[in-house]
Formats: sequence, structure tokens, C-alpha cells
Amino acid sequence: MSSAKTNKRFLSGDEAVAFAVKLSRPDVIAAYPITPQTVIVEKISEFVAAKEIDCQFLHVESEHSAMAASMGASLMGSRAFTATSSQGLLYMCEMLHYVSGSRYPIVMVNANRTVAAPWNIFGDHRDSLSQRDSGWIQIYVENPQEALDVTIQAFKIAENPQVSLPVMVNLDGFVITHTYELVEIPDQETVDKFLPPYQTTNKLDFDNPKSLSFTASPEWQTEFRYQQYEAMEAAKKIINQVDEEYGKIFGRSYGGLVQEYRCDDADYVLVAMGSVAGTTRLVVDKLRAEGKKVGLVKLRSYRPFPKEYFQDLGKKVKAVGVIDRDISFGYEGAVYTEVKAALFQPGSQVKTLNFIAGLSGRDITKENLTEMFTKLEAIDKGEKEDEVQFIGLRWA
Amino acid sequence: MIEIRWHGRGGQGGFTAARLLGLAASVYGGNYAQAFPSFGPERRGAPVLGFTRIDNKPINDHSQVYTCDYVIVLDETLLETVDVTKGLKEGGILIINSAKKPEEFNFQNNINVRTFDATQTALDVLGAPITNTVMLGVAVAVTGVVDLEAVKAAIDEFMAPDLREKNKEAVEVAYNSIKGVN
Repeated sequence: MSSAKTNKRFLSGDEAVAFAVKLSRPDVIAAYPITPQTVIVEKISEFVAAKEIDCQFLHVESEHSAMAASMGASLMGSRAFTATSSQGLLYMCEMLHYVSGSRYPIVMVNANRTVAAPWNIFGDHRDSLSQRDSGWIQIYVENPQEALDVTIQAFKIAENPQVSLPVMVNLDGFVITHTYELVEIPDQETVDKFLPPYQTTNKLDFDNPKSLSFTASPEWQTEFRYQQYEAMEAAKKIINQVDEEYGKIFGRSYGGLVQEYRCDDADYVLVAMGSVAGTTRLVVDKLRAEGKKVGLVKLRSYRPFPKEYFQDLGKKVKAVGVIDRDISFGYEGAVYTEVKAALFQPGSQVKTLNFIAGLSGRDITKENLTEMFTKLEAIDKGEKEDEVQFIGLRWA
Repeated sequence: MIEIRWHGRGGQGGFTAARLLGLAASVYGGNYAQAFPSFGPERRGAPVLGFTRIDNKPINDHSQVYTCDYVIVLDETLLETVDVTKGLKEGGILIINSAKKPEEFNFQNNINVRTFDATQTALDVLGAPITNTVMLGVAVAVTGVVDLEAVKAAIDEFMAPDLREKNKEAVEVAYNSIKGVN
């Protein structure tokens, strides 16, 4: 028997997030439980009860209140955390805009789950993607370890004075939230050095009185919006920097906005967010062994969107497929629209397909992913394919 | 990579066994593991599944388990309603909690069956028909994917102090019994 290393645990994604929250030392946590996020709140409650987290833990009566309470905490200069999912995220939608517009660096973990109707508790990205324009940074993670690492990183990104924006960390419902894997937990001292206490001037202060979250007239609203735009642009650099710094200290980094896998000489590339990225890597390895020049682009940051990366990719590869665990009715997958708009630069010959897959907990299998690569090769060779394809449709 | 599927009924601890095996194999066994339940709301008494994946390198696969090397059945009555042999690989082993002999089962395709009367062992050791840790001991002996000591360490980490010793004994009795037969 090998001796146990105390910093390695066998944790679910939800539990890994709770450990990350503990290590990040929030002053206030306000949350309302919802499947598949519930374990995060339960585990944090245990930490608070055992006095392992020194914070105010508010059991609020709804998600709208959870976000309002988090905003109140941030307004007082406190570090605030909350977590939600699906219907809960939609219920706090109004407050999401209040928080981002007031520039409060709240960190929220969203356990990705589809939205009703039909009622369904399983995972897809329709909840978070519907909040694209809420002004929140959105990062998608692949496994419990990345969920832990990125939750810690999220506070550092959010609280950077150039950013000062809220961050939503997204992990796939059940496939990550309820799957147990080996997770390395950093020690508190090192995290404290990486993430010092939150300091801000954007708070209520008797010595320096000011108005916060106020009304703006048409003469000034545009300027506030411009500052939000600038902050998101700055976040592109900061997300990369924080990930790099984290890697140097903790030995794990994830590529920042995007992470490529075997893309260097690739002809056909799949773009994926979340847990399916891992499965795709296995398929890439298998197809590479058969001599196919395929690769994966793991899109980690949906907002800010790494436009410049895809502009460049469009010049290098022959065909790009985008996996969307969502559908924007009346058009196509939401991620596809963004990727396509960036890929098509003047002179670009790249061909594209949109694969709608993994809706409401439907598994995305290795066979599905192989089929996607096959279709990319087919359109490159001149075959006709529908641009938007529902993968694994029962009556296809 | 080794993939294991656990069949039980809600409340029998099938997923707990899947997790304990993953914990033992990874934290205490030096390998990588994944454990997950059949996702969704689970009801006491309804057929449920648990899965354990074990490998000597990080596990990237986040799709579901479709084929497995071992299937472990905690409750023999599930055989009436569930096809427990589904996806069992060629050369794979089906382990059933049963007082019957393997040859008394009639599966198609020459399925390799092992049986163990875990209910009796659980009654003897734990004083209750809770078979998950007994079947864990059987699984460890049959599969050899992890040391007995690692499983005991996992139980020490996972279980409340008053449950540890009895459950470690349950694992060990089953393990030794299988090893003795071999």
C-alpha cells in the first residue's frame, strides 16, 4: 500500500468547489440549494458549522435574494460567493445585471443544467448561455480538479482592479458535479499568498462617502457601458495571466481563454466547452493514431470571447466543428455563432459545421465525436452536409 | 482502463461501494479513478447503478460507461428485471450476491459468473443484511485492482468511527473467503 498524500482527495465536482471556496476565504456566502448544485451548499454548510470557514453564511429564501445579498456584501467591500443552477440562475437574472453594472467582483459557480420546459434536471449549457449579455465573465471547466482551481482563480480575476467584474464558473451538471475523481487540494498558506484579502475603493465607506449602484442619465450611461466593455477586454489578458501565475505556483494551468490539443498541424478541429473536452481528447488520440490530422480546441472563456484566437485559427485549418450543448431557436448553437463570426476573415476558406449535442443530459459518446470529425472531413472533400446537425436524433 | 458497473437498489449502498473502490484505488492505491452513480433522483428500492473506472493514468473520458470488465450485483432479485450482462466485455466477470452456485445461473454467451453469499456474511459480521462492503471485499479479491490494505484505509477515511471496524472486517472476511477458494 502506498502512503496516502493528505492533499489528495477523491472528490465530486461539487465537493471540489466547496473546498475551493473554503480556501478562498469569502466573507459572505449566500445561497439557495438547487440540483445539481446542492452538494456545494451542503458541504459549505458543514465547513461553516465546523468553523472551518470564518464567514457569514446566509440561507436565503430564493436565488434572487442570494444574488441581492451577495451584492450587498460586495457593496460593503466583502468577498462574496454564491452558487446556483438552471431555474435558479434565471430567477436571479435581474440581479446579475445589477451586479455587473455596479462592478462587484462576486464569484458564482453555476452547475450547468438545462432549463424547463420540458422539466429536466440534467446538464446542458442553455442556462448560462442564456445569460451571455449579463456582463458576467463565463468560464467553463472540464473536471473536478479544474473546478477547484478555477474557482480560486475566479476571485483573483474578478477582483483585479482592471477587471472588477463578476465571474461565473460553469461545471456540467452531474457529469462533473456528481462524478468523483482524484483532486489535489492546495494548502491554505499558498492560496493566501496567491489570493490576498479583497481590497477595493468600490464600497460604502463613512470616511469616503459616495453613491453606488445609482441612476445614470443618458448623458453618462454610455460611458458606464464603455467602461464595462473595456473591463471585459482587459479580462482577456488577466484570465491568461492569472492562469499562468496559478500554474507556476500550483503546477496546474489550463491555457487561459482557450486550450488547444494536437492542433499544431490539424486540418479538422472540434471546438468544445466543459466535460466533453476530455472525451474528445481520447477521440483525437485514436484518430491521430489512424493518421487523421484532427485536433481539439477547448473553449474555456465564453465571455470574454477569444475572438483573436479564432480569427487566427480560421487561417490555419480546413474545417471547424462546434459542439453546442444548447440551441438558439431561430438560428443555431450560440457558441457556433460566435466562433463562426470570428473564423471568417477576408480570404478565409475554412468550412464549418454546428453539432447540437449533449442536450439535457444526453451523453456525448466517443462514437458521436468520431462521427463529427468524419463529417468535417466530408465537407472539406466537397460533400454536402446540413450546417446545423442534431447529433443522435432518434428519428434521424 | 478497467470499468466496473455496480447493480443495487436505492439504499443498498451500491454507489458507496463504487466510491470506496475509487477512493482506495486512487488516494491509497496510487492510480487514477472515477466513480459516479446513475445520474438523477434515486428512490429507495428502485434499481440503481454505480460505476468505477480505474486506470494508471488520468482519466479524461467523461462519457458514460457502455462496456465493462466486471459487473457486481448486490441484489439477486435484480436479475428478474435488469439485464446485468449488458456491455460485459469478452472475458469479463459477473459477480453476484447469491447463495447459489455459478453453474445454477443460465446466461447466454458463456458468461463467467462468480457468486458469494454476501447477505449471510453481512448478517454474520455486521448483524444486518447490508451487503455493499462485503461485495466490495469480493470485488477486490476477484479483480485484484487494488490491495486489501488500501480498501481498509479508504473505509477509515470514509466511514464514521463506529462503522469502520465492522466494515473492514466484512471486507476482509469476504476477501479471504474468495482467496481461500482460489
